[in-house]
Amino acid sequence: MSTPLLEVRDLAVDLHLGGRALRVVAGVDFEIRRGETFALLGESGCGKSMTALALMRLLPDVGAVAGGAVRLDGEDLMARPEALMRELRGRRMAMIFQEPMLSLNPVMTIGAQIGEVLTGHLGLSAKAAAARTVELLTAVGIADPLRRLDEYPFQLSGGMKQRVMIAMALAGEPELLIADEPTTALDVTIQAQVLDLLKRLQAERGMSLLLITHDLGVVANMAHHVAVMYAGQVVESGSCEQVLQRPRHPYTRLLLTALPEVTGPNQRLATIPGQVPPLDGGVAGCRFAPRCAWVRDDCRSLAPGWDGTLRQGVRCPHADGLAALPEAPRGAGASGQAAGSDVPLLRAVDVSVHFPIRAGLLRHEVGAVKAVDGVSLSIPAGRTLALVGESGCGKTTLGKAIVRLNTLTGGEISFAGGDWSGLRGEALRSRRNQVQIVFQDPYASLDPRMRVADILTEGMAALGVGRNASDRLARVDRLLDQVGLPAAARWRFPHEFSGGQRQRIAIARALAVEPRLIVCDEPTSALDVSVQAQILNLLKDLQDELGVAYLLISHNLSVVEYLAHEVAVMYLGRIVEQGEAKRVLKRPQHPYTQALLSAIPRVDATRQTQRVVLGGELPSPANPPEGCHFNPRCAFADRVCREAYPPPVQADEREVRCHHVVQAGGAYVAAPLRPRLPGEL
Amino acid sequence: MIDLTTIEPALLWTDVLLIGLVLALVGLVWHIRRHAHLAAPWRKVALSRAGMVSASVLAVFAGIGLLDSLHYRPALPDAPALAAGPGAAGKALRHSVELRHSVELRSALDALLDPLPTQVETTYSAPMATRAFNKTALEGAAPGGTARDYPRLKFGGAHLADEGAAKVRDIGERVVRGALSGLACAVGALALLALLCGPRAAIGRFRGWLFGNGEDATHWAAWTLLGIATLAGALAWLAGGYHVFGTDKVGQDVLYQILKSIRTALVIGTLTTLVTLPIGVVLGIAAGYFRGWIDDVIQYLYTTLNSIPGVLLIAASVLMTQVYMDTHPESFETVTARADFRLLFLCLILGITSWTGLARLLRGETLKLRELEYVQAAQAFGVSSWSILGRHILPNVMHIVLIAMVMDFSGLVLAEAVLSYVGVGVDPSMISFGTMINSARLEMAREPMVWWALAAAFVFMFALVLAANLFADAVRDALDPRTRVRGVA
Amino acid sequence: MIAYIVRRLLYAIPILIGVNLITFALFFVVNTPDDMARMALGMKRVTPEAIERWKAERGYDKPLVWNAAEGGSRKVTETIFVEKSAAMFAFDFGQADDGRDIASEIRTRAGPSLAIAVPVFVVGLVTMISVALLMVFFRATYVDTSGVVLCVALMSISALFYIIGGQYLVAKVWRLVPISGYAGGLDALRFLLLPVVIGVVSGIGAGARWYRTLFLEEINREYVRTARAKGLSELRVLFRHVLRNGLIPILTASVAAIPLLFMGSLLTESFFGIPGLGSYTIDAINHQDFAVVRSMVFLGSVLYIVGLVLTDISYTWADPRVRLE
Repeated sequence: MSTPLLEVRDLAVDLHLGGRALRVVAGVDFEIRRGETFALLGESGCGKSMTALALMRLLPDVGAVAGGAVRLDGEDLMARPEALMRELRGRRMAMIFQEPMLSLNPVMTIGAQIGEVLTGHLGLSAKAAAARTVELLTAVGIADPLRRLDEYPFQLSGGMKQRVMIAMALAGEPELLIADEPTTALDVTIQAQVLDLLKRLQAERGMSLLLITHDLGVVANMAHHVAVMYAGQVVESGSCEQVLQRPRHPYTRLLLTALPEVTGPNQRLATIPGQVPPLDGGVAGCRFAPRCAWVRDDCRSLAPGWDGTLRQGVRCPHADGLAALPEAPRGAGASGQAAGSDVPLLRAVDVSVHFPIRAGLLRHEVGAVKAVDGVSLSIPAGRTLALVGESGCGKTTLGKAIVRLNTLTGGEISFAGGDWSGLRGEALRSRRNQVQIVFQDPYASLDPRMRVADILTEGMAALGVGRNASDRLARVDRLLDQVGLPAAARWRFPHEFSGGQRQRIAIARALAVEPRLIVCDEPTSALDVSVQAQILNLLKDLQDELGVAYLLISHNLSVVEYLAHEVAVMYLGRIVEQGEAKRVLKRPQHPYTQALLSAIPRVDATRQTQRVVLGGELPSPANPPEGCHFNPRCAFADRVCREAYPPPVQADEREVRCHHVVQAGGAYVAAPLRPRLPGEL
Repeated sequence: MIDLTTIEPALLWTDVLLIGLVLALVGLVWHIRRHAHLAAPWRKVALSRAGMVSASVLAVFAGIGLLDSLHYRPALPDAPALAAGPGAAGKALRHSVELRHSVELRSALDALLDPLPTQVETTYSAPMATRAFNKTALEGAAPGGTARDYPRLKFGGAHLADEGAAKVRDIGERVVRGALSGLACAVGALALLALLCGPRAAIGRFRGWLFGNGEDATHWAAWTLLGIATLAGALAWLAGGYHVFGTDKVGQDVLYQILKSIRTALVIGTLTTLVTLPIGVVLGIAAGYFRGWIDDVIQYLYTTLNSIPGVLLIAASVLMTQVYMDTHPESFETVTARADFRLLFLCLILGITSWTGLARLLRGETLKLRELEYVQAAQAFGVSSWSILGRHILPNVMHIVLIAMVMDFSGLVLAEAVLSYVGVGVDPSMISFGTMINSARLEMAREPMVWWALAAAFVFMFALVLAANLFADAVRDALDPRTRVRGVA
Repeated sequence: MIAYIVRRLLYAIPILIGVNLITFALFFVVNTPDDMARMALGMKRVTPEAIERWKAERGYDKPLVWNAAEGGSRKVTETIFVEKSAAMFAFDFGQADDGRDIASEIRTRAGPSLAIAVPVFVVGLVTMISVALLMVFFRATYVDTSGVVLCVALMSISALFYIIGGQYLVAKVWRLVPISGYAGGLDALRFLLLPVVIGVVSGIGAGARWYRTLFLEEINREYVRTARAKGLSELRVLFRHVLRNGLIPILTASVAAIPLLFMGSLLTESFFGIPGLGSYTIDAINHQDFAVVRSMVFLGSVLYIVGLVLTDISYTWADPRVRLE
């Protein structure tokens, strides 16, 4: 057995905020072997990023290592003088960060930023460094690297920036690469590309990879070994397969069952009640005890010790005697369809939203960003239509157009049989209660200076719901109860609530005016998995109870799978495939839908479909490609695809816009898709 | 002490506005104290030592300025004599008819400082001097010839028979006595206040004020106030017998001028914001929220105003007022009222030239806020634009407004000095730091130099502006979300 | 880019008209051309004929903004406002009340003004950036804290005291340079040294403190963490990464100020008796010379707008992300 490359022993990190010391990392032990991918898994605030920064001794000014040892090849890094530490950084251990948009210096060229490592650590001349940079950029899959050398980060897309970050990290030929949420800020198709790249590079170079992530799917796809962190401690460690298939710690178990893709669409998701405890010291007993489904009396008083070896173990004395998870109650209607109907509540026909691009001396219009370009869809009452697509595809713009928050350029929308897009002034204002919206970011969607009661009554007062102020306050209590918050919450301010609770308030605000349709714009993408489950359950319950219809805007297909009855897949302002959720997600017809689905990293390896690698990135909606918008990225594209936008065809009980879904025997069916051979037209 | 029944309150425009502003501030503080979420950032100001020290220094300055803003007309000395004529009937009429009031205005500060304002020497005298700065021909000194010597002052050290050792002893005594009595008064006042806040925990509260409660830095404020009281006590005792900071060319006591300057600085520093705030806030958030042609018009307005060199615009406006005042002398009863009109106008014009910065800041912030999701949620409810501005935008830019207000104060105080020096500031008859420096400037060239007026103006102005700057820093640190700790995952 | 600049310059026209309108209104709200003539000719013994002659000579014999006697567009154009403003746009400033040509006066006085303003600007900028970088390098230590305290103290002192104090100490006590005055050629150095030093020192407090905040804001950004993760030394991080980004707002703010250097400094020039545009302006204010004040306002506005355009151009140069459209 070889010595581990990196050993971390009893590492503790303090953050000094406002005169108080928070122990955000409290005694973490692990080791990383050579050539291994080691995942540090945990939800936000568990201390995983601080652990990574502590390894590089790059903690922010307010942070400090409070104890423990970090050994690289047996040498204690914490004892190294800063000057010698610098020789290691970027050389033997390199790091990439979550936000590629912010992590590159905006005013330095790509070549200069990578070259800095080469000249600094490897002593290359400027010329040699440039040549080596080109090699590195090629290695991370950047086309035309010579031209990129003199470009600035803003000229690259998010995925490309992350590739540049990786190239920069590789420049010093590190033995250990620390990747802190490397794909969290990226779209799912780009995430797949970057993960593939990391996997390939790691295998080629025999690097060790410390992967820090909250995404169980990413762990399942990438890691050899996993350590699960909770509230500053490692609570479970083991091989990837063992932790994900046979989790032992209650937290890991609950985390896995909270995933919609694991649970399946018709069941309630398991949730973890409460939230991560504050870390300002004095945590008696097990840190997970307040949220644990199997909690026993001694858990609250006795801090559990580590049970097992450094490579495999669990921080729970009861881990092996746990009963099966208490069965979560099933959702009321088997599929929530009981309340639904097929009468369209909202119908959009040929809707377009264009934003003009102005230029020249007189600021005349020279073009338009066609954010939404001729979309037709209908939402039945009491059902959920999901709008799926990468960021920038126009799904949020469409959602806001439906709520009448921006103006249509063309097409029309009708609501409940009457006109909707044509309403103006008072006619629109008085009917605004019918369609409401829940936003993505629970922090930006509540006014920090208003109390919960004021937030909830604002819409009621504006739209005349409720007879008077006291009636509205009574409604506030009912609403809070509906979304599972205590009545006492109404006199509190948003900052006193956690992200999940804020999202509940946002949902209550929308519900307050008794809408028939709620546009949910990425309602869970800013939330942790365990909290996401609570919100998804809530949305489902409310639909069953109130018969409200949802337009669910999401890039997360497992959320869509769990909640939606119908799915519309958007690409560059247009819908490319639309139909019943089960069918579309099980047997996708459009190549884009197929690629999207296969790009999701699945926890359950058996569900991982054959990866359809999607090259390139979403083109600009200001200048969409000729013909089928998807053709530059499509493996099946031929001459027809480059010349004409495909008309909608009915295939397999859904509408698809693809030339390759062909008519056979009187009915359209999915063509047997075969990737185009090189040189074939 | 003056007989309060014989005076006639005569508030100037700036008095009314200043007092109104102070009342509004008191109301605001009361409102903030009742709302925990509003009070929370201000508690952080209380955590800052520099913030508490500077706040108490500012409070003392503000107190002096306010006292100087309570103007009244004293009864003329002969008036009671006239009124005390034939018996009881005359007595009844005394307040209504026969009591004549002086044309000149006095302020509560003047009354408090009495007789300092009236102790005017003939010309320059150095601080603590007993004799004048210049030799003059003394009457009947040497027989036959005219002897030239430094004459004794009329008031400074006039009680001393011996100007040598006795003077030193007298000064020492006054300093010690004054300091001790000042300190004693302040401690007594604090104790009384603690008792008034509720006798039950008075001792604990008193101890907390003086030695800290372990939470914030409010005891620094108490210590600062005690220090100032000690200093003020010593000054007061000295001023009883001497011109502590000397006298100026016309023999006016410099300490008195300094104390009068404070009000001018305060008026300029605060009333200007009364003009700046409404214009800047309304135009700034309207431009940011409505965009389109409203934004274009407002941007045109502030670019145009900004493009005019500030001093020139102020100069042109002040000249214009001066011409107006010269051509309409009948509108002003007294010299003081005239000077007050010019001061008010200066505030107005300073405000008009300085709202642009605030408006631009608020426009930018509003552009960001209007895209925020809670604003869109309100729009989705059909809430009217003005309600959104009042309910969502304004409260969320209020911290910027407050920070701008405190940050502007020191700049305005400094600007007053420069403008008055250039000649387009306050009326030359109004005592201000600027006019003091302006008249003291030529004295620097004298040999030997007359340095005291300048030095005194420097010390007090520096103290005021430094306190304002430090307080502004503390407020900004507490209110500005950007200055809070970042880089924490 | 060209289209952008042309558009900005076209936008300047309404602004300059607005500026003229404001100055015009300010002056003539209380003054009439007759008042001006009376003031120029001496208040008392002036015959109406003399007044008319004075007005006719200087073009003040027309209505202010509306000429009812004329027809068509001449109702507007044959007025004092339009004639005086139109001349301004051609940089024809006319004569001062003392009869001298304003334009040539401005030309001769610009030299001394720039001789002070440019060194103050350049030396000041370099000093402030250096001091700010020093504080940032030693951030959260006593060097930084005491630096900030010193800066706040320095910025709490009125410019007047800097000048008076400097004149007293350097010129009067140490007798190193003359107290005031001006001479042409190399001789000017003797006279310029003190005002320049005072100009730099009086600006240091506010400037260095502001630049420090800008640099600190940058140093907390994520790309700086990336730079450290590459193993760069703290000095290299500061100079190659932080300085470059932090300089963008400094540079653009400074560029806006460059054209205004022409206007000179009111205080410094009047204290040191330097015959620049600043003291010219002050004299005009004191003599209530409308023609000069109006010309200086117009000049200032033009320079301000030039500054705005230069700022935008300098942005594209300093920040590769910015493209003018």
